[in-house]
Amino acid sequence: MGQNMQLAEEIRKRQDAILKDWMAYQVSALTLRRDLVKESELRETSRQFLELFSEAIGVSTDTSSPSWKPVKDSLAEISQKRAAQGFSPSETATFVLSLKQPLFDLVQQRVGQDGKRLADMLWEFTKLLDHLGLYTTEVYQESREGVISRQQQELMELSTPVVQLWDEVLALPLIGTLDSARTQVVMENLLQRVVETGARIAIIDITGVPTVDTLVAQHLMKTVAATRLMGADCIISGIRPQIAQTIVHLGVNLNDIVTKATLADAFEVALARLGATVSKAASTS
Amino acid sequence: MERIPILKMGPYLLVTIQVDMHDRVAMTLQDELTQRIVSERARGVLLDISSVDVVDSFIGRMIGNIASMSRVLDAETVVVGMRPAVAITLVELGLALPSIRTALNVDAGMTLLKSARKMAGNGRPAR
Repeated sequence: MGQNMQLAEEIRKRQDAILKDWMAYQVSALTLRRDLVKESELRETSRQFLELFSEAIGVSTDTSSPSWKPVKDSLAEISQKRAAQGFSPSETATFVLSLKQPLFDLVQQRVGQDGKRLADMLWEFTKLLDHLGLYTTEVYQESREGVISRQQQELMELSTPVVQLWDEVLALPLIGTLDSARTQVVMENLLQRVVETGARIAIIDITGVPTVDTLVAQHLMKTVAATRLMGADCIISGIRPQIAQTIVHLGVNLNDIVTKATLADAFEVALARLGATVSKAASTS
Repeated sequence: MERIPILKMGPYLLVTIQVDMHDRVAMTLQDELTQRIVSERARGVLLDISSVDVVDSFIGRMIGNIASMSRVLDAETVVVGMRPAVAITLVELGLALPSIRTALNVDAGMTLLKSARKMAGNGRPAR
């Protein structure tokens, strides 16, 4: 403990020198993105981090102890910011890892020629900084994953538009693969719109669905069944020749569902059921 | 005990479920509805479930049973006003209820019953 306190005191005393060295390493590192971060800003961040670091090391060298929480919070903040700015993981981790060199210099000056103690202390510091580096990468990855899942969510909402074709006729052009999560969103959107518009017929167009396997077929049938329970009829359109072949080869039973080759055909059926007709206007010339 | 009212509308019966469908309530409804169909000589049943927001497999089966029973008694059942969440739940439970008729609201259900009677033609002598 006493040794730690001394070390912390030392770091605090020589903070300016360490900071200068550290900055030099960070700036000289090939991975520094000058286009993304200003040097003055980096200096300020580094100074704050070094302060927290020296405080924490005075209490313990175990990064899982509560005294390291402020350091980790600050690191997490830096990491999240860099992830959002578009830094790569190694660029982000370099921030902490480049602190090794100045700290090793410090240790060497303190311990001098005592080989065993030098090795012990270096090992201690390496462990510490490696932990922090790994933590940085972890946070970086987490925030990137957060971005990805948010984009997925947005994409999902964008990709399931329900359009009104006619009074009481809705169309749902599906584009992309259908998985369980997406079917759920599609179903909810469609049923909600059925309630809002009082539609009697819904046309699900699968022209944009690249493959139909048993699972996709099952999802489609679920959607059709749920729509029927709401009191609206479903027509599936846009079945391409290859997909028709696949469906039969897989033994999927779509007999209970009205299927049409094109959206136009399905629309015609829908109009006929509603008792409406569309015809070309007589030429006026 | 809670009871579900059964209203007579011309040749049809209207059942609006507004209470929580406990198992006991559902069984009572089954009893009373079949009795009323016979005593009123009803030709159709409108089952309005627009205020039901929670269903389980029992209630799902119950709705199917009611529909089958009334069909045996020559009264067509139309389930109306099912909420989206309820429809999804029933499908996920594997209860797509393929044999029952459905409509978006009471209005549409009534139209459906009337047209179904016309289609059925002269199955029974007119009253």
